[in-house]
Amino acid sequence: MEGLTLSDAEQKYYSDLFSYCDIESTKKVVVNGRVLELFRAAQLPNDVVLQIMELCGATRLGYFGRSQFYIALKLVAVAQSGFPLRVESINTVKDLPLPRFVASKNEQESRHAASYSSDSENQGSYSGVIPPPPGRGQVKKGSVSHDTVQPRTSADAQEPASPVVSPQQSPPTSPHTWRKHSRHPSGGNSDRPLAGPGPFWSPFGEAQSGSSAGDAVWSGHSPPPPQENWVSFADTPPTSTLLTMHPASVQDQTTVRTVASATSAIEIRRQSSSYDDPWKITDEQRQYYVNQFKTIQPDLNGFIPGSAAKEFFTKSKLPILELSHIWELSDFDKDGALTLDEFCAAFHLVVARKNGYDLPEKLPESLMPKLIDLEDSADVGDQPGEVGYSGSPAEAPPSKSPSMPSLNQTWPELNQSSEDTAIVHPVPIRMTPSKIHMQEMELKRTGSDHTNPTSPLLVKPSDLSEENKINSSVKFASGNTVDGYSSSDSFTSDPEQIGSNVTRQRSHSGTSPDNTAPPPPPPRPQPSHSRSSSLDMNRTFTVTTGQQQVGVVAHPPAVPPRPQPSQAPGPAVHRPVDADGLITHTSTSPQQIPEQPNFADFSQFEVFAASNVNEEQDDEAEKHPEVLPAEKASDPANSLRVAKADSKTEEKTAASAPTNVSKGTTPLAPPPKPVRRRLKSEDELRPEVDEHTQKTGVLAAVLASQPSIPRSVGKDKKAIQASIRRNKETNTVLARLNSELQQQLKDVLEERISLEVQLEQLRPFSHL
Amino acid sequence: MAVCIAVIAKENYPLYIRSTPTENELKFHYMVHTSLDMVDEKISAMGKALVDQRELYLGLLYPTEDYKVYGYVTNSKVKFVMVVDSSNTALRDNEIRSMFRKLHNSYTDVMCNPFYNPGDRIQSRAFDNMVTSMMIQVC
Repeated sequence: MEGLTLSDAEQKYYSDLFSYCDIESTKKVVVNGRVLELFRAAQLPNDVVLQIMELCGATRLGYFGRSQFYIALKLVAVAQSGFPLRVESINTVKDLPLPRFVASKNEQESRHAASYSSDSENQGSYSGVIPPPPGRGQVKKGSVSHDTVQPRTSADAQEPASPVVSPQQSPPTSPHTWRKHSRHPSGGNSDRPLAGPGPFWSPFGEAQSGSSAGDAVWSGHSPPPPQENWVSFADTPPTSTLLTMHPASVQDQTTVRTVASATSAIEIRRQSSSYDDPWKITDEQRQYYVNQFKTIQPDLNGFIPGSAAKEFFTKSKLPILELSHIWELSDFDKDGALTLDEFCAAFHLVVARKNGYDLPEKLPESLMPKLIDLEDSADVGDQPGEVGYSGSPAEAPPSKSPSMPSLNQTWPELNQSSEDTAIVHPVPIRMTPSKIHMQEMELKRTGSDHTNPTSPLLVKPSDLSEENKINSSVKFASGNTVDGYSSSDSFTSDPEQIGSNVTRQRSHSGTSPDNTAPPPPPPRPQPSHSRSSSLDMNRTFTVTTGQQQVGVVAHPPAVPPRPQPSQAPGPAVHRPVDADGLITHTSTSPQQIPEQPNFADFSQFEVFAASNVNEEQDDEAEKHPEVLPAEKASDPANSLRVAKADSKTEEKTAASAPTNVSKGTTPLAPPPKPVRRRLKSEDELRPEVDEHTQKTGVLAAVLASQPSIPRSVGKDKKAIQASIRRNKETNTVLARLNSELQQQLKDVLEERISLEVQLEQLRPFSHL
Repeated sequence: MAVCIAVIAKENYPLYIRSTPTENELKFHYMVHTSLDMVDEKISAMGKALVDQRELYLGLLYPTEDYKVYGYVTNSKVKFVMVVDSSNTALRDNEIRSMFRKLHNSYTDVMCNPFYNPGDRIQSRAFDNMVTSMMIQVC
């Protein structure tokens, strides 16, 4: 067919006419008889009519498809305007008036009386085409005794007497036909043959009978019907193209509308509806489809296997080739089975085809199955259809709906790589420490929830578990148990797991809005820190420390004089502070604890964050956890740890809350540490803390970044590399911390020994 | 870029064959037919033990003056044969591979269609479109 461009008015008009002629409501082919009548009404000489028919290709095809019909109409207009009939003229002739079809007034009246289905009506309507059809509605009714709804269309067609009007007349043909049918039901509400896809298969032939019945009914309504039709079209939005059933509305509208007013509205509606989206599924249709789906597959979330679907659709008596094409269109994810959405789309296409619509080459948007989680993580976004990731041949996606099932479901465990890719993004978040922290925290939190991977993390020695407990109990000011938990999780000894966890957690954090609690903002500034590795820790620490700090500050007493990991300053300084507390605690542990806050953080963090996993850190982390738990109040410990990190993290602590959380989540140690830090003279610790905080910040950052992983899908690699770097830095920092703490430990031990000695010395006195 | 694309079933009868209509299509049909021998040769050369590891892409089956014929076989012994113009020097192996991969994917989609009976000619519009897109560049 030559390309045919129609103006909107023309389109509407033609559409109306088409539906008018579409007695059988096939939406595809108009009855030749009707068409011929129509053409006769055009008052063209027979040979012209024949020529038109030839040109439009109907003779070649043997029937009038929609396109042929439209072309024919255009040619009629051309002929009526006196232009020579040429194929090219359909497009070249500008400002072609709408084809005119003469109908007698009698027809119009008879239409009233008769059912609308009659060509004569149409013709009558056509006659009214040019002359404004105020009485259109009635005119349409005209004489026709169309069996089909056509009368309505004709009525509508009449409406469009003027070009403006015509559009009204040409409501979407399908809706038209449907409407008629629907009318029938409304009139007599017999089962709508076309109304429901249900009665579809068998009653396809019944449609006609239905329509005729409807006609009878309509005749009763005659006056309204034309308008109804007309109105109905207007009313029925495109969705109803196929099965519009708005008899009620139609009726209402018919009475109310006047051609003019309605026209514009209708036009608009029609334009939008009928032509823009003839594929929309109405609710009724949808319900019907769903019911049919249920008969095959009771579970609405399940699939219909291909064979069952094949059987079902074969009943529609469409040629296999077309069914095959429909299947190709509707099986969006190419898995050989139909979900509910796909099934509805397929069913809708079958219905459309049955009604004469040509199958589209591509699935219309309104029929695209809505993939569920397509893009929560992935970019499903727009294309629900994109689901078709039939990636490898013969591979059926695990789940139909979510296009990225793997991503969604499996990410914690499934391929970490994918996770990484999906999740690691957040890593880049380094930029905003707080954010990262938050993300990390979230991640950790969520990660801990999922914890599948975290489990390995949990492998941590009992210490960690203890710490976990502590952490959990501790709950830094901001920390959540979850966080603490997650942090411990993050400690998993398994580097990979950690990494993955981290990533996971990162993603979580990234995704989860928990980060809202802006983790200690500054912590992150460290991205540029050389010891960036520790940044994450810092981050986490800062977060935690920040939080802790706050908390710590609040309850410094809570924290036993944790010798804040006086990493730098003489441990003694810290020690005294901590010593008291420490001494009370296990001698070593407290010392270690305070000193380790950073360590703990780092190690934890690293363990958690670094996929590389720094074994040392793990060890350290382990140590820390041990210390920490021993330490005491996990809170204080945490705070210390956080504090350690705090020094650095203090800056970052802004986001402390989140960091705390994150920290808590990540390493158990960290949380306590920050707490401790806090207690410790922060000043003292400052220098160290700074370092530590930096480290923790790094860690935190890393941790934070990890949660954010999911955010930046594309940044996985960078994130990983960054995290690796951070981990390494953290490792070094932790190593340093370790050495310092060891030193402190030694000192403390010495003190202890001295004290014991003193005690011994004094004891004899007591005896005395 | 391909001048002719053919899908041959396991029993060596064509499921789908399409060539750019510019030339005598029969010539391409003959080429594809003769290339099947080469395909079998390559398949058998792998040996039975290697069936699993056999790579699907067979590579250049044989070059003629004007054309080069590439082959690809699936695990179900469905063969894809592609004839490309020798003048297309820019066509790299990777591109050929990707084309075969697309073919394979489309073929799988066709298979997934319950209305398609394996062994029938492929009449899927989507498949046609995909093949057309691959052949369009030739023109």
